[in-house]
Amino acid sequence: MHDTFPLWPVRASTTAGSVDALYIFLVALGAFVSVSIFVMILIFATRFRRRKGINAEQIEGSTPLELTWSVIPLCIFMVIFVWGAVIYFNERTPPRGATEIYVVAKQWMWKLQHEEGPREINELHVPVGRDVKMIMTSQDVIHSFYVPAFRIKQDVLPGRYTTAWFHATKAGTYHLFCAEYCGTMHSGMIGQVVVMEPAQYEAWMGGGGAMGSLASNGESIFQQLGCSTCHRSDTQGRGPNLVGLFGKRVQLEDGRAVIADENYIRESILSPAAKVVSGFKPIMPVFQGLVSEEQLSALVAYIKSLNQPPSGSAGTPSLVPSTKPQEPKVQ
Amino acid sequence: MATAAITAERENYLNREYGIRSWLLTTDHKRIALLYLLSITFFFFIGGFFALLIRLELLTPAGDLVQADTYNKLFTMHGQVMVFFFLIPSIPAVLGNFLVPLMIGARDLAFPRINLLSWYLYIIAGVMMLHCILTGGADTGWTFYTPFSTAFSNTKVVEAGLAIFVSGFSSILTGLNFVVTIHRMRAPGMTWSRLPLFIWAHYATSIIQLLGTPVLAVTLLLVVLERALHLGIFDPTRGGDPLLFQHLFWFYSHPAVYIMILPAMGVVTEIVPCFSRKRIFGYKFVAMSSIAIAVFGFLVWAHHMFVAGISLYSALIFSILSYLVAVPSAIKVFNWTATMYKGSISFATPMLYAFGFIGLFTMGGLTGLFLAALGIDVHVTDTYFVIAHFHYIMVGGAVMGYLGGMHFWWPKISGRMYPEFWGKLAAMIVFIGFNLTFFPQFILGYLGMPRRYWQYPPEFQVLNVLSTAGSTILAVGYLLPMVYFLWSMRYGKLAEDNPWGASGLEWTTTSPPPTFNFDRTPEVTWEAYDYANIAAPEEAPVEQ
Amino acid sequence: MSNSPIAVEQHNPALRHHFADMEQQRQASSLGMWVFLATEVMFFGGMFCAYLIYRYWYFNEFAAGSRSLDIWLGTINTAVLICSSLTVALGVRAAQMGKRKLLVVLLLLTIVFGVAFLGIKGVEWYTKFQEHHIPGSSFSADNLIKEYPQIRIDPSHEQIFFSLYFAMTGLHALHMIIGVGIFTFLTYYAWKGRYTPEYHNPVEIGGLYWHFVDIIWIYLFPLLYLIDRKPLK
Repeated sequence: MHDTFPLWPVRASTTAGSVDALYIFLVALGAFVSVSIFVMILIFATRFRRRKGINAEQIEGSTPLELTWSVIPLCIFMVIFVWGAVIYFNERTPPRGATEIYVVAKQWMWKLQHEEGPREINELHVPVGRDVKMIMTSQDVIHSFYVPAFRIKQDVLPGRYTTAWFHATKAGTYHLFCAEYCGTMHSGMIGQVVVMEPAQYEAWMGGGGAMGSLASNGESIFQQLGCSTCHRSDTQGRGPNLVGLFGKRVQLEDGRAVIADENYIRESILSPAAKVVSGFKPIMPVFQGLVSEEQLSALVAYIKSLNQPPSGSAGTPSLVPSTKPQEPKVQ
Repeated sequence: MATAAITAERENYLNREYGIRSWLLTTDHKRIALLYLLSITFFFFIGGFFALLIRLELLTPAGDLVQADTYNKLFTMHGQVMVFFFLIPSIPAVLGNFLVPLMIGARDLAFPRINLLSWYLYIIAGVMMLHCILTGGADTGWTFYTPFSTAFSNTKVVEAGLAIFVSGFSSILTGLNFVVTIHRMRAPGMTWSRLPLFIWAHYATSIIQLLGTPVLAVTLLLVVLERALHLGIFDPTRGGDPLLFQHLFWFYSHPAVYIMILPAMGVVTEIVPCFSRKRIFGYKFVAMSSIAIAVFGFLVWAHHMFVAGISLYSALIFSILSYLVAVPSAIKVFNWTATMYKGSISFATPMLYAFGFIGLFTMGGLTGLFLAALGIDVHVTDTYFVIAHFHYIMVGGAVMGYLGGMHFWWPKISGRMYPEFWGKLAAMIVFIGFNLTFFPQFILGYLGMPRRYWQYPPEFQVLNVLSTAGSTILAVGYLLPMVYFLWSMRYGKLAEDNPWGASGLEWTTTSPPPTFNFDRTPEVTWEAYDYANIAAPEEAPVEQ
Repeated sequence: MSNSPIAVEQHNPALRHHFADMEQQRQASSLGMWVFLATEVMFFGGMFCAYLIYRYWYFNEFAAGSRSLDIWLGTINTAVLICSSLTVALGVRAAQMGKRKLLVVLLLLTIVFGVAFLGIKGVEWYTKFQEHHIPGSSFSADNLIKEYPQIRIDPSHEQIFFSLYFAMTGLHALHMIIGVGIFTFLTYYAWKGRYTPEYHNPVEIGGLYWHFVDIIWIYLFPLLYLIDRKPLK
């Protein structure tokens, strides 16, 4: 019955079950309330239908009744609110250590970049049983990353990163829809999420040919654009030291303190004057228009990797320029 | 009850003057109501036509009826026309304009010339919108989200925005007129607690129109300026914030949905007591619930933005507030039901529409609880679930309330009875057609079909076909009243002053009323819904 | 209020026939103007909201933009408007006392002040035009970038300042023009002797409108011109 006349999509993530549970509760509650009211009206309409000689009874009201049927629904609503809020809180709090996928949406396709290097268009391969966090931005208008089977959706905005996460529980191929109207082929911006068993996923990942990881890609961009000239790993740099920066609290010139997250790094590259670090001058060149979204993702991934100890795929974080950087154009 | 001989020759607001000038330059609120009736019916059929094309395209998964760009324009224009040129004016501008002075015992609204100006602004806006549609239309969705609308769309965004901007002033002036009229022009003895609840509903609606519409106006103005001058207020590549647009837009557009439903609730609150021969249960609570909806309605706008990129904590606040606004609506449903208890119920067409309203509004409102639940909203926002939800309320609710009101007050407005058999038949066709059109969409939405999709994966087809089938039935249901109301103006049975035996000052004057409404200023000494002292009509309305 | 037949003539020729008496008419028109002004608060409110948010985000650019406005012309304009509100208030009093000539003079003075305000505004805008600060394709923030080398000015953020500046002062100026139009009518009717101590409500509610437009300026002036004028570091 479920296959021929499904009422909900396949459950393929850890959240799907809890979302459906609340949904089914609400359907049952809604059906109960609707049917009760319909039945009551039906009974009243029959029992109290117009008959000769029988008059209506003029009843003014009943404050206790009014309060009862205000307070009881309110309490039920509060239960629903809390239940929904708990699910939402979980959905919006990606777990630590999740695998990161950088997503760039554009009219009318999805570009997905794995940390390990592979790039995909309109398709996302992930393994079962792993936390996956997507760091997403748009190149043009607002899109929305929607996977019904996972019950997740997050608008993808131009000019900043938004994140979403999931933990797939069932192998299979699931729809990926764009859920925010974005122009002509909004309904064609459809892709799929391919969830694979871990062994198959490793095979798929390895079969892509030797391709640098996203972070090492970012490192070359970092060198090319001359970032390493100022952002050294010692105290001599004209720019702040970026090793160990990601996730830390940063004190700004104007007294504010912010957390160095993906959006902070992205903004600091595109519009450095917005948040100048305390003790530094606002001399960083503006890179708006000089780096693509994909390059930004790579740079963000690279700077995140500077939190790791010097072993592993990121290599030794070396911020002393190894080649003469090309002059970045200003404005 | 007066059984004075009714002659078609008695002077009333319809036959007092003839000629096009007497209509186009009228300041009589009743004539202006009819001018609005013609105009909004016209736009209803335009918006409905677009809806039919949408449903036809969605019969098949592939986009094979119209091109993608055309489809995008169809749903945009359907939304803009239906919201701004049909739903927002409908009940207030037609039934409100006609009945507010009558119900409070006044000769006209406080500002009759501003009332006429209001209609002209609506017409100017309508002409602008028609021109926009005929020269290509906009394709931004009725929500105009930036930066698509300001920097990417190649369609007539500025024209559509300006047309809606002008229509907003029509709405504001109507609200202004009602608020001042209700405050200052009540007849002697018509205290606030004796007012029909239709008046309370329109008062609350007017508050929303007055405070909310200007924000939409300035937002659309900024969008138009941004698009024309390439500014950056809402464009991230120029330093702007697309979410600022969304906040400003929804700050009006959420209260706007209460502009659309409160008047319909007011209509139902007049119909149910009349056809139950009973005063409304809990008058004070129903009156206060209208005000509560208006106030709380301004506090929940970002529940349209739960996945838009707002903070987790904002989302929590707006979710809990959205549950608060559901309570007053629930109170109304319970009060209508309780009114029927120990009543003496009859089933004329207006009462059938009232039953339909209560059922469908309850279902639509309950699905609002789903959407207010954050965890569920993440899955169903921007899908057909939302479309089903708001159509249940706006079509199953507001439009049925409008039709119920039109049938109830038709004798008063036109001096004629509509044919009761056809009235009942149309009501049932509308109810069946409506449910078949929109119930499958709840399921479609939860299954994951996003909205504004020209083409869709094949597994969604069956439900789409059901929905389209329903829409054709619904269309028939809407065409029937058009036909028989027109027919009744010539051949309908002449109406008495009070064919329903209803309470309310409008029923104490002739059908149709004279131009100045009452021969003598009424002096009210009785409470509202005084059904203990009003006899039921001697016979049910005659079938034709 | 009496139970009199509708058709009975009332005494004052200014009574509109749907009202029971002059008092009801006066109360209705006053309430109508107050309600209308509430909608105007919401109308300007949306832009004030946008302005405050961007001022917080783009502090430097907005400070530079504020400093580029002519504070002296702004102050003179503020004084002009305050004087015009004085003449309006005195005019209402003149009407209450039945002093027709004085009323006409005061209304004319109000118009003069209003036009003066618009003229000065025009001068300010022209200066902005010369400095290429009008948003659109010819916008340039170069002169501000040169003037404040110690802060980083993003031209697109600067354009947002000037977009909001022109949108807000433009909308305000439009309301002033409408106000001048309304007062022209009021002056004409006052000169014709239409306003008496018993009936001068149009002057009162016209005055309310004028005071409101003045108050909008009282908010605009500090927000646009005055805050953060200390030298930028």
